[in-house]
Amino acid sequence: MLYSEKVMDHFTNPRNVGEIENADGVGEVGNAKCGDIMKIFLKIDDGIITDVKFNTFGCGAAIATSSIATEMIMGKSIDEALKLTNKAVAEALDGLPPVKMHCSVLAEEGVRMALLDYYTKRGEEMPEECRPKCGGDCSECE
Amino acid sequence: MNVYADNAATTRVSKAALDSMLPCFTETYGNASSPHHIGQEAAKLLIASRKTIADLIGAEPSEIIFTSGGSEADNQALVTAANLGAKKGKKHIISTKFEHHAILHTLNKLEKEGFEVTYLDVYENGVVRLEDVEKAIRPDTALVTVMYANNEIGTIQPITEIGALCKEKGVLFHTDAVQAAGHLPINVKEQNIDMLSLSAHKFHGPKGAGVFFVRRGIPISAIIEGGAQERGKRAGTENIPAIVGMAAALQEACDNMAVNMPKVQALRDKLIDGLLKMDEVILNGDRENRLPGNVNVSVKGIEGESLLMMLDIQGICASSGSACTSGSLDPSHVLLAIGLIHEVAHGSLRLSLSEYNTEEEIDYILEKLPPIVERLRSMSPVWKRMKEVK
Repeated sequence: MLYSEKVMDHFTNPRNVGEIENADGVGEVGNAKCGDIMKIFLKIDDGIITDVKFNTFGCGAAIATSSIATEMIMGKSIDEALKLTNKAVAEALDGLPPVKMHCSVLAEEGVRMALLDYYTKRGEEMPEECRPKCGGDCSECE
Repeated sequence: MNVYADNAATTRVSKAALDSMLPCFTETYGNASSPHHIGQEAAKLLIASRKTIADLIGAEPSEIIFTSGGSEADNQALVTAANLGAKKGKKHIISTKFEHHAILHTLNKLEKEGFEVTYLDVYENGVVRLEDVEKAIRPDTALVTVMYANNEIGTIQPITEIGALCKEKGVLFHTDAVQAAGHLPINVKEQNIDMLSLSAHKFHGPKGAGVFFVRRGIPISAIIEGGAQERGKRAGTENIPAIVGMAAALQEACDNMAVNMPKVQALRDKLIDGLLKMDEVILNGDRENRLPGNVNVSVKGIEGESLLMMLDIQGICASSGSACTSGSLDPSHVLLAIGLIHEVAHGSLRLSLSEYNTEEEIDYILEKLPPIVERLRSMSPVWKRMKEVK
């Protein structure tokens, strides 16, 4: 199993590590059983993601996908962030080993869960098609 | 600095082993079954290697079958015992929860063929209890198979006692001694071992060679059919260079065991002491009753693969029982068997030492590890939650 240079870069120098106090949206995905837990924090002003941070417990790929996903949605509108796919995350990292594709799913789900939290906090309904698919509950991925 | 601390995975071939092997590629390269002189020279090396290895484990040369390694020997031992048992209507096997997959997966296969397997508990300290073995033995028990020492947590099992018990009860006893051979004394006669597996590359021999020891009088089932090599019990042209290298490596390991054991153990203890000084680091497996070179800790709040990658960047080669390193979503069955919860099992780190390691290397590991752990914990939601709870 080999990681791309991009993965190694984001693993060794992860971007946007940390937490946001009073974040507008927080999403946590994954579980301890599978060994990856990802937490995404969003600051949203006028529908634009103005800050994003993450905390991740997981393998090199999980840290790298969290890192690049935060980069990919920073400064984007909610609609654009909701278009983030696990495939795009993996491609942005110049690919992931097959056994690590679930880490890219976690990144996509993490962003969606954080946005779901944003909608919920505002008392708004998240569009059905944008909702998290599995919520990063890895028990279904066995 | 480069530090190789993954000797339980494989070892560097020793100079003595390599020197013994090289002529086998270019001079004594014959097929040991050929009657001409080049073949016969190879045959002589084969005979000498068999004698060397037999002497070192207290066996007779006729009781040694050369295999491709430990996994093949394990497979053949279980199939041999199962076939013998089935003939007598004995279809019960006793093993432990934390055997190597070469044993566990073969047992799973036998279960599908109608065998019943009792997997003994290994408790928190990773050591099987003799009274549990005794309680599990039934009139229809065909085999007891318990590893000599565990590959992940290094805990040494009461093999001698189990051997005596099995002898008394008239049950076949096999031990997977892959991690023990060359590191702990083995005497199949004194320890009442009926069948044993070992692998050359765990004691500075080459990969691709192993031994299946079977006590005389036990009818062996072949699992590879073909030519009449190994008395028809293991077909295939003998891997003479690897077998010669294995004999040289085992000879060297046994000759130096009295010196290497305390030396490696001192390195191990220094490393364990240093690691346990870190916050929320626990030792996995019994502290005393473990292989001289085995260190296995769980670093709470972080995941093993990311830890390994960070260590690798610093030149340190280690291993982990996390799911990410196993290619599945589950962490190591060994760590779960000793009762670790998933988070803690995912954070395991195995550092396995050999006599080639130095004190400077241990200092280096202990210097590099804490900042890595701190960094990974600083971005870990699991760690933050742990700290909040406290």
